[in-house]
Amino acid sequence: MEYKNVLTTCVYCGSGCGLYVQVLDGEIVGVLPVKEHPISRGKLCIKGWNATDFATHPDRLTTPLIRDGDDFRAATWDEALTLVAERLLAIRDEFGPDSIGVLTSAKCTNEENYLLQKLTRAVLKTNSVDHCARL
Amino acid sequence: MAEQDTLIEQIRAHVEDKLPALDGIVALRRTSEGTASYLFHEGDDLSQLVLNPRYPLSTTVSMLQKRFPEARFGIVARGCDSRALVEMAKRNQIDPDRLYLLGVACTAEEAEECHCATPAPDIAQWPQAELLGTPVEAGSPNPIVAEYDAMPLEERRVFWKQQFSKCIKCYGCRNICPVCFCEACALENPAWVEPGVLAPPFPTFHLIKAMHMAARCVACRQCELACPSHIPLTVLYDLMRRDVGRMFGYVPGDDLEALPPLSLTLE
Ligand code: SF4
Ligand code: SF4
Repeated sequence: MEYKNVLTTCVYCGSGCGLYVQVLDGEIVGVLPVKEHPISRGKLCIKGWNATDFATHPDRLTTPLIRDGDDFRAATWDEALTLVAERLLAIRDEFGPDSIGVLTSAKCTNEENYLLQKLTRAVLKTNSVDHCARL
Repeated sequence: MAEQDTLIEQIRAHVEDKLPALDGIVALRRTSEGTASYLFHEGDDLSQLVLNPRYPLSTTVSMLQKRFPEARFGIVARGCDSRALVEMAKRNQIDPDRLYLLGVACTAEEAEECHCATPAPDIAQWPQAELLGTPVEAGSPNPIVAEYDAMPLEERRVFWKQQFSKCIKCYGCRNICPVCFCEACALENPAWVEPGVLAPPFPTFHLIKAMHMAARCVACRQCELACPSHIPLTVLYDLMRRDVGRMFGYVPGDDLEALPPLSLTLE
């Protein structure tokens, strides 16, 4: 019989509204707005109110998938990340850095976005980095 | 301020006394993550139990009672929490016999801020209840209601049309409401509310909600506080409550035994 509210940030856009995930014995049972949040001040849009719907959705991906012919096969993170790194470097070396562009995301933290632009410029060696909020 | 400090100390002491005999007490808890509802158990840090900011607690009690049909819970309840629990009890959403209600009287400032007509729980109607704090007078009525009353009919329509055109259909007013509980909501029925269209149909969207709140809205103001578009929703519900009071002599949250007029007419 443990009921509590866990503080988190809405993942749907860059505003960063605060929400509580209501948790009863480890199970998500609802969402509440954070009244003391400096940005959202106790209000949410329809996406925030439903921000937990995907958490237990049967279609949610729980492991990386690698394309295999017309299909996908489940892979480990190590395998997937190694493949991505190898392919990106191979494409950069064969076609030049400007053959690659990177889109970062409003759903990431500032720090993650910083790291992505760093990776784009310092490793992939291109300035072609943009952000989903401009799409 | 000093009086409030003593009141919260009294509440915490009472909760500590009661916890061993209960399966938990629903109240607000302040941690480094902010303030939200929580089910306190024996041994929990009661210095974290607070009274603000208000969150709807009746829906949490309802969920817990349904999940644990044998359990006996308590709640630290303001006047609006108690009124919401009364309306929930009448609709079989909570069981008063399995609830201990620790009532808290709001301060005069709080009553004024909420324009609250009954700023303390009426504990006499609950099987097990106590009251802490000294009940204060009702707050003054919402001034927008008087302004609205002074408007000619056409102006009233324009007023609501303007207000409702701001609605972003977040459903926050419904989600946060302490007396809303239906599994299938009319506001999600495409026959009434076309999906993907803003603003929602005028005036159906808000009047469906208002109709369903007739003889049920306990004037807690949560909907208005949750509305990102600053729509004065309590004015709508104040007017609804006033009509129900005049026509049927029914005051939501007032009396655990009184049957809501809509249930009576349907029978
Ligand atoms: S004031 Fe709003 S949130 Fe509170 S009971 Fe009435 S309709 Fe529901
Ligand atoms: S909370 Fe406000 S914006 Fe959201 S659905 Fe209700 S009236 Fe519309």
